[in-house]
Amino acid sequence: MNAPLPSRRVQLMATCLCDAFYDDVAAASVEVLEHLGCTVTVPEDQTCCGQPAFNTGDWPAARPVARHTLRVFSGDEPVVVPSGSCAKMLSHGAALLFEGEEDAATAASLARRAWELSDFIVHGLGVRAWPGRFDAKIAFHRSCHSRGARYADAALALLRSIHGVVVEEFGEAEQCCGFGGTFAVAFPHISREMGSLKLDHVLAHSHDAVVSTDMGCLMHLSGLARKAGRPFHALHVVQILRDALSQAPPSTRS
Amino acid sequence: MSREPIDQFAAGQTEERRASVRLGSKAGHEKRTLAIFGDYARPDRLRAIAGQIKQHTLDHLDVYLERAAARLEANGAKVHFAADADSARRTIAGILQRRQAKRAVKAKTMVSEEIELARHLEQCGIECVETDLGEFVVQVSDDVPSHIVKPILHKNRREIAETFERIGLGPYDDTPEVITRRARVFLRRKYLEADAAITGANFVSADSGRIVLVTNEGNSRFCIAATRCHVVIVGIEKVIPTERDLGVFLNLLARSATGQQLSVYTEFISGPRGPGQPDGPDEMHVVFLDNGRTDVLAGDCREILRCIRCGACLNVCPVYRQASGHAYRSVYPGPVGAVLSPLLAGDRFSEFSDLPRASSLCGACHEVCPVDIPIEDLLVRLRNRAKQTGVKSPGTPSMAAWSLIASEPPAWRAALAAGRVVDVLPSWLAPAALRAWRENHEMPSWRGGAFRTWLAKRRTKRDG
Repeated sequence: MNAPLPSRRVQLMATCLCDAFYDDVAAASVEVLEHLGCTVTVPEDQTCCGQPAFNTGDWPAARPVARHTLRVFSGDEPVVVPSGSCAKMLSHGAALLFEGEEDAATAASLARRAWELSDFIVHGLGVRAWPGRFDAKIAFHRSCHSRGARYADAALALLRSIHGVVVEEFGEAEQCCGFGGTFAVAFPHISREMGSLKLDHVLAHSHDAVVSTDMGCLMHLSGLARKAGRPFHALHVVQILRDALSQAPPSTRS
Repeated sequence: MSREPIDQFAAGQTEERRASVRLGSKAGHEKRTLAIFGDYARPDRLRAIAGQIKQHTLDHLDVYLERAAARLEANGAKVHFAADADSARRTIAGILQRRQAKRAVKAKTMVSEEIELARHLEQCGIECVETDLGEFVVQVSDDVPSHIVKPILHKNRREIAETFERIGLGPYDDTPEVITRRARVFLRRKYLEADAAITGANFVSADSGRIVLVTNEGNSRFCIAATRCHVVIVGIEKVIPTERDLGVFLNLLARSATGQQLSVYTEFISGPRGPGQPDGPDEMHVVFLDNGRTDVLAGDCREILRCIRCGACLNVCPVYRQASGHAYRSVYPGPVGAVLSPLLAGDRFSEFSDLPRASSLCGACHEVCPVDIPIEDLLVRLRNRAKQTGVKSPGTPSMAAWSLIASEPPAWRAALAAGRVVDVLPSWLAPAALRAWRENHEMPSWRGGAFRTWLAKRRTKRDG
């Protein structure tokens, strides 16, 4: 469980995927947090949470990276991440990685301050509804790290509160999309079959966008879909939150 | 290029088999969901309690095991401890040989698969007939189970009908009722001829020394009713503190396994036939099997011993659904098997150390586990152990360069700028992981550092 918020000063972990591919998601995160009155710092020296190596089992390679992240995000401010996967690495994975090691206490401190973005907005800042308008029929993909966590429901609640957003259900929503980091390259057949099954469900109805809290899932799914000749529009939740604001009445704009 | 064995196995499966496994496991998961959420508003609370009871028992297993053994002896059963598979097999064969038993009937038990009991008894000249319908089909088709609860999930009825025709149970007929009736007629005769019954145990209650057996076909009841000698083979982790705990476990087991509120038969067996009881075995043996479990208990994956063998993690697992149980090359398939098999392998850990990698770490297994085993955590722990012991992992890219770059900010920023080459890099020049990614995916456009530039511009604009 997260520690109570001392103020509206937050640190943003942009994530390595946004740093390399999805800059607009990171930019939208800054804008949305600032709209909510937060003072956002984006530590220049941030790199990656360390999950890629942690998941492969190469913990000696993961530790320097995770340790670097612990150092970069020191302090007592909440660390907000536009990814449930990276947030889980901070809040849970690092504890396994540093079990019985010197950095365990620092890891525990960061774990208490780490928030997935939608979780932070709803449960950290107490925002229950989102202003503005966004006319789109969307499919919402629950990323697997949301199991046992509350952020997928938080994101859905925000999305559903926006005028114009229609969230369409699809089958076997509990099934993984098949990304799993290096799993997608080490198990190419199974990963592709899992992804195709997910695409079959998601694309069974026409949507304006497939939306998630995690760009990892979306990178995998849209990459598969484009390769298979059935592209779709992928959006991070925070991009919708930001775009909805531009159609909000002036009083609610930042 | 070398491939991950499970991925290769999955790719080589026939469409027919893949469909059987996928449809069967999906249906199993859906039944479980209906049963558990239909009856409990917050099943996660119940799962947590079940996990705590099991963990408590494991943390004090010496105490509870001793208590269970003492109660069993007091009830008139003979208790044996077997350190490994060989010792268990010899103990059981010895019991049967002393009675000059020639024929045994056996109910479904995963530990007997683990120690290959039936095959061993046959080698000793003792017929050992599987009486669970699924296990019977496995036995007569010289196959191995592919699922903990539904051993023939990978087969369709046409395959079974062909097998039955081949072994002389009647002309080809794939009507499920006919298949079942033929097995039943065959097995009824076997019960009557048998000299001994072999069963497992789903739970052993330490306070009463009673064995709890859960079945849907009533075959274990027939096994015991018709014979004079009952041998129970059970893993040491199946002990629970008290019978009261069954209120938690029985409610979760059937719902998780088959979507039933309760299995059709739940038997409580306290010992051999007592004075005044007309039927039942006059000799009962309970063989507690260790076979590596004590070592697991001492390690950092001990939670896996909570497992009550419901198979819910198999049914929900997307990798199991694609690969089928046989891909796991071991008695325990699916997520639980991916943890348990390498652990129980002992010195042969490296032969099974690829199994924990066969997961996207999606955690669906943990979410459905009736005893709340954090399977995805145990999988990464075992991946780390494999890495430490120097086992190769085909297809998984090396993390060495990434580790250096991602812990040095200037190097990271330089890499972000240089990464643009992936957009234009010809495939044959790209590293293996990138090539593998491009087999199935289009790459997103490289936007390395764009966010940082946006931030800097914005800051300048504001400050200016």
